[in-house]
Amino acid sequence: MSADAAPGPAGSREGSVPERPLNSGDAAPVSVVACPDGPLLIRGDFELVGADGEELPRSRRTVALCRCGASALKPYCDGSHKFTGFRSGR
Amino acid sequence: MKQPSPRGEISALVLTTVAGTVDDGQEALARLATLVAEALSETPDILYDDDLQLALFSLYELHYSGIDEAGDDWEWNPELLRVRQQIEAVFEQRVRGEVVLGALPGTTSEAVCAELFRMAGEDTGPSMSRFVATAASDEQLHEFLVHKSVYQLKEADPHTFAIPRLTGRSKAALVEIQVDEYGNGLPARMHSALFARTMRSLGMDHTYGAYLDATPAITLASNNLMSLFGLNRRLRGAIVGHLAAYEMTSSQPNRLYSRGFKRHGYGEEALEYFDEHVEADAVHEQIAGRDMAGGLVEEDPRLLQDVLFGAAAGLAIDTLMTSHIMGSWESGRSSLRTSEAMAS
Ligand code: FES
Repeated sequence: MSADAAPGPAGSREGSVPERPLNSGDAAPVSVVACPDGPLLIRGDFELVGADGEELPRSRRTVALCRCGASALKPYCDGSHKFTGFRSGR
Repeated sequence: MKQPSPRGEISALVLTTVAGTVDDGQEALARLATLVAEALSETPDILYDDDLQLALFSLYELHYSGIDEAGDDWEWNPELLRVRQQIEAVFEQRVRGEVVLGALPGTTSEAVCAELFRMAGEDTGPSMSRFVATAASDEQLHEFLVHKSVYQLKEADPHTFAIPRLTGRSKAALVEIQVDEYGNGLPARMHSALFARTMRSLGMDHTYGAYLDATPAITLASNNLMSLFGLNRRLRGAIVGHLAAYEMTSSQPNRLYSRGFKRHGYGEEALEYFDEHVEADAVHEQIAGRDMAGGLVEEDPRLLQDVLFGAAAGLAIDTLMTSHIMGSWESGRSSLRTSEAMAS
C-alpha cells in the first residue's frame, strides 16, 4: 500500500505524522492482550475513534490503551502504570 | 563513519591496518595479536580502557556502516576476527562479573516478562532523566546528546542482527518492534532520523560518528555490549533480554528528557524524538517482555539465564555510564573526553 493513497484511517498528529493507512491491505483479525498490571495491547486492523466517531490521532499499527487511568497520553499508555502500583487483578 | 582518532597503540594499529589492504596487513595483524594479549592482561579495567574499547568499537563498526578508508574485505578476515574475539572474551568476562542475577523465575512467558519488569524497575544509580528535566544546563544537554548519539544514530541496528536467529513468536515480536523503530516505512519517522533532527535543532552535527572522539570509554562499552550480544549467535538470548530492558526503561525517562529540552526553549523539532519514545516504548515494552523475551524462553527454556543476563548487563553498564556522566557534572567537569570536539 503506498503512502500517498487517499488519507488513511489514521489521523495525523498536529500534521507531524504524514497521513497514511495504518491498516494492512487484508483485514487482519484484531487481538486484544490484557497485559497483567498494564495496558490493553491491540493488534490487527481496527479503527480507534472518539465519542464523536472521529478518528483519534494514531501513529502506529499496534497500540497500548491505558486502563490504569494514570497516563498523560490517554487513551494511550505511557508506562505510568508501573509507578502507580496499578493492579489489574489478573 | 569517519575514521576516529586513535586512543593508544592498539586502536591506532587497528585503524591503520584496516585502512590498508589485507595483503599488506599480515605483519600488522601478528603484532596486533601480541599487543592485544599484553594490554588485556595489564588493563586495570577494560570497561574504562579507551584504547581497547575504541579498538573493539572500530572492529564492530566493520559490520555496520563501515569506516571511511577501511576496505569491506576486512569484515570477515579470520585474523582480525581472532583479535576481536580476544578482546570480546575479556570484555564479556568483565561484564559478567558486574551482573548478579536474582532467583530465576519460571520459564513461562508471563513469568519472564514479570521478572524483566521487576529488574528494569529497580532503582539503581543516579537518575539522569530527573536531572535533565530539572537542572541540566544547555551545555549539558549537548553533552547528553553526544553520549546518546553513538547508539541513537543507528538506533535498533544491533538488535536487528538477532532477527534471523529467532523463530516464531519471538521473531515476529522483534520484527514488530523494529518496524516501528525504522519508521513503519517512512524514512523520516525512523527513530535514528528523529534523533538526528533533535541534534540538528541544537545546532549539532548529526553525521554518524561525528562526536565519537569526544565519548569516553564507558559510552563505547555500552555500545560494544550491544554489538557483542547482537553479533554472536550464542548470545541471542542476551540481545533479546537487552532490548527488553531498553524498552522497559524508556517511556518515563524520555518524558523527562523532553521536559528538560523544553525548559531550555527547544521546540517540537527537538522534542519529537523523546515524545515519540514515550508512546512507542509503552507499546514495545509489552511486546518485548511477553512475546519476544517470554516467547523465546518458552520455546527454548535453556535461554532463560541468557535473557536475564542480557537485560541485567544492559542495565548495569548503562548505570556505570550514567554514574560517569553525573559524577563529572556534579564535580563541575565535562563528561566528555575532549570538549573541543563539541565546538566543531
Ligand atoms: S495502563 Fe499504562 S499508563 Fe495506564
